[in-house]
Amino acid sequence: MLIVACIKQVPDTTQVQIDPVTNTLIRDGIPFIVNPYDTHALEEALRLKDRFGCRVAAISMGPPNAEATLKKALALGVDHAILLSDRVFGGADTLATSNVLSAAIRKLHSDVDEVGLVLCGKQTIDGDTAQVGPGIASRLGYQQLTLVDRIVDLNFSGKIIRVSRKLEGRHEIVEAPLPAMLTVVRELNRPRYPKVPMRLAAAKATVEVWNNQVLKLDEQKIGLKGSPTWVSKIFSPDRAVGEILGDGFADPEGTAEMLIEKLLAKDMLPI
Amino acid sequence: MPQQTVLFTPLLVASVAFFAWSLYRQLSLVGLGKPDAGGTDYVRSLRSMLVYAFGQKRILRHPFGFNHLLMFWACVFLVVVNIEFMLEGIFPSLSLAKLPDRIYFPICFISDILSALVILAVVNAVIRRMFFPAYAQARTFEAFVILSVICVHMLAYFGINASEISQGRELAAAYMPVSNVLAGLLVGMTAEELGLFHVVSWWTHAIALMVLMNLLIPYSKHLHVFTAIANCFMRREGKPNVLPLEAFVEGNVFGAGQVDLFSRKDLFDSFACTKCGNCQNACPAAFTGKAMNPRLLVNDIRVNLLVNGSRLKRGEAPILPLIGNGGEGSVSEEALWNCTTCGACMESCPVFIEQMPKIIQLRRHLVETEAQFPEELLNLFENMEGRSNPWGIAPSERAKWCSQLDVKPFDKNTTEYLFYVGCAGSFDSRNKHVSVAMAQLLDRAGISWGILGKDEKCCGDSVRRLGNEYVFDKMARENVEIFRERGVRKVITQCPHCFSTLKNDYRQYGLELEVIHHSELLRNLVQDGYLKLNGTAGEMGAVVFHDSCYLGRHNDVYDAPREALRAATGTAPKEIGRNRNNAFCCGAGGGRMWMEEHSGERINLTRVKEALEEKPDTICVACPYCLTMFEDGLKDVNADGVKVLDVAEVMAEAVLR
Repeated sequence: MLIVACIKQVPDTTQVQIDPVTNTLIRDGIPFIVNPYDTHALEEALRLKDRFGCRVAAISMGPPNAEATLKKALALGVDHAILLSDRVFGGADTLATSNVLSAAIRKLHSDVDEVGLVLCGKQTIDGDTAQVGPGIASRLGYQQLTLVDRIVDLNFSGKIIRVSRKLEGRHEIVEAPLPAMLTVVRELNRPRYPKVPMRLAAAKATVEVWNNQVLKLDEQKIGLKGSPTWVSKIFSPDRAVGEILGDGFADPEGTAEMLIEKLLAKDMLPI
Repeated sequence: MPQQTVLFTPLLVASVAFFAWSLYRQLSLVGLGKPDAGGTDYVRSLRSMLVYAFGQKRILRHPFGFNHLLMFWACVFLVVVNIEFMLEGIFPSLSLAKLPDRIYFPICFISDILSALVILAVVNAVIRRMFFPAYAQARTFEAFVILSVICVHMLAYFGINASEISQGRELAAAYMPVSNVLAGLLVGMTAEELGLFHVVSWWTHAIALMVLMNLLIPYSKHLHVFTAIANCFMRREGKPNVLPLEAFVEGNVFGAGQVDLFSRKDLFDSFACTKCGNCQNACPAAFTGKAMNPRLLVNDIRVNLLVNGSRLKRGEAPILPLIGNGGEGSVSEEALWNCTTCGACMESCPVFIEQMPKIIQLRRHLVETEAQFPEELLNLFENMEGRSNPWGIAPSERAKWCSQLDVKPFDKNTTEYLFYVGCAGSFDSRNKHVSVAMAQLLDRAGISWGILGKDEKCCGDSVRRLGNEYVFDKMARENVEIFRERGVRKVITQCPHCFSTLKNDYRQYGLELEVIHHSELLRNLVQDGYLKLNGTAGEMGAVVFHDSCYLGRHNDVYDAPREALRAATGTAPKEIGRNRNNAFCCGAGGGRMWMEEHSGERINLTRVKEALEEKPDTICVACPYCLTMFEDGLKDVNADGVKVLDVAEVMAEAVLR
């Protein structure tokens, strides 16, 4: 049984600034990190490996330097790390991306082992669309279980999974047959820290690179050509200037009351 | 006495053989450790042994220290007498009495007096253990047995002498005042009774000696009579504030996860411990009731080595884990994380056992090999590795503290000093005031200085003390590269952790910097007339100074901050009860700054209360961590009127206002 974790290299958004003139992200010199939600997907895959002895593959679509992201995954203990990298994959939106990722998963399924689960972060912190995971599931015909915060039960031989989904104000327990695609939230687990011997081994390991000669996808369905979504503009939204309410030092109680009134008026307090 | 010889000779031979075998069996286990790096300066080692072992310098700092000194020197002398006793037991013709009188009589006199003093010292030691023990668990069966046997041995010695005097066969009778008095008590005994009394005394003396030799010295803490002397000889050169580098090559083992991964000196340390408890009394974790006791840590290492030693010698896996449930011979993980690396244990140890480096070796194993540590540290480690500061703030914000000032970047050709601001000085809102004060003072003094701005990186102190050597190594190499590239030679730091790391740790990477702590620089600038005082800092009221561990104990800078404060306020700062090398940690060192304090009383609160006993208006510190810990502690005790200020802020008050 193989579990596939999809991970993405993203710019460290706390360090990203938007160029006020061109309205584009200033990416120069910004370090890359593994998309935080994806680290939880990867961690869950590794926990299932520890529990069931299944194998774990980490895949990532990105430029050649995204190899660093997959090396981090190797240092954490994945069995295969595959970088999906080709100029023709570039400029992809969520549809084209899910085409490439699902093709890779299909190939893993036939080459390596039977794929039982695909794990993705609920969204990336750069695009924030939360569409790629579900896109993969529908392309592969897998069950999709989004916003998972707990795997309640998993039975590989009976091919059934039951998970808890974290929705607004409630949880939902759902059951689905395998194979399934899960997108996960941070509450699912606490990611592990790489052990030094594993880091050293990962640094020397080579990450397998699959280009389109390997995946053989129709160029009209990948990259910029396969992307119906276009970004026309990126900008920092203007934020209304705030106001200072009363004097919290001189009259804390009165100020608190003023604040509560304001919040009530805007319907921002649950009653 | 031929019957005595017939029985005594084989007993003594067996005893000596067993004694030698016992010592070999235990001490040969030390060889399982890793070889220690570096050569030995024999002159220095010899001096250390004379001062600290034979001179008992560190023992004399404590009450009852003189009692120990007395017992030590009496025993050294009486060893000679006992060797004579053993030889005479085998070859009755070999006796000191054969020596010329002018040598023999003084020996008898000294032995007589010293033996009596030893009995007094033993009584003193018993009283101490009963009523004023160094720590509650010091009243062990073992301790009382050792004292009793020594006492019995000495009493038997007097028994022998008194009966020989009574029998009229002691030539030196006139020179043995104590024995003479005791002989007076035997008046009225028949010759037969005297003979029996002599035999009983003689055998008691002999058996007590063999018990000491065969049971107590090799199998109790009394082993220290040899190992402590050796440990003073093997004392490390310089301060034990830096651990050996690790080579990050595949196949290497990281940290000490099993006992034979310690160095030989580490293992020998464990045999040198006397369980005196000085370390645990000085330890901030142990003192505030947490699971960490440097005395037990050292004991655990010894027990673990004894249990696993023979298996390890055969190349088999150990049966008792070194890091485990905290039972004897296993150190608990919780204990390891409670250490603040303040170094008080090492400073207090009379025989130079180095507890702190062992703790860091164990932490290295947990972090690097097991990836197991308290969950608060995950963020810290990732922030340090990814953004080179503990909070994970964007590195581009590093120079924001001086956005209102005209601060120049460090330039190889024109700038003399690099002001290495440090993470706290750059990002912590309270500590930024200290950075600003420093910047203004440096300008006022006309110093040529600059900063690295957003290119400055964290020095890596916390990750190194927490055992994350892999990340520290990466950070240190990056910093060393930056310093070399920029041509940095002289560095000012306002954080003792940066200070110690740049000064001591980076030397391991071949970088020799002239690092000066801001308290030293400010003191110098005032003394040399570059800073003119206007005396207004005198209005701060009573100022008390708290020593930072990494400035004081780890680097011996005690006077500079005090002199700077004296200059700024006009009076010497008050001292807290425990000060200078005995100062009590604020609780933030060793990476504890970034961890929760779950058990025992809070260390900062304990220290704040000690400081408040001096009724200060201002508590003065020389470290950003101490600053935070004291401010937090004062809030907890609602001591609103008391301020916490850094030395630089006090100086700025005296110079700039």
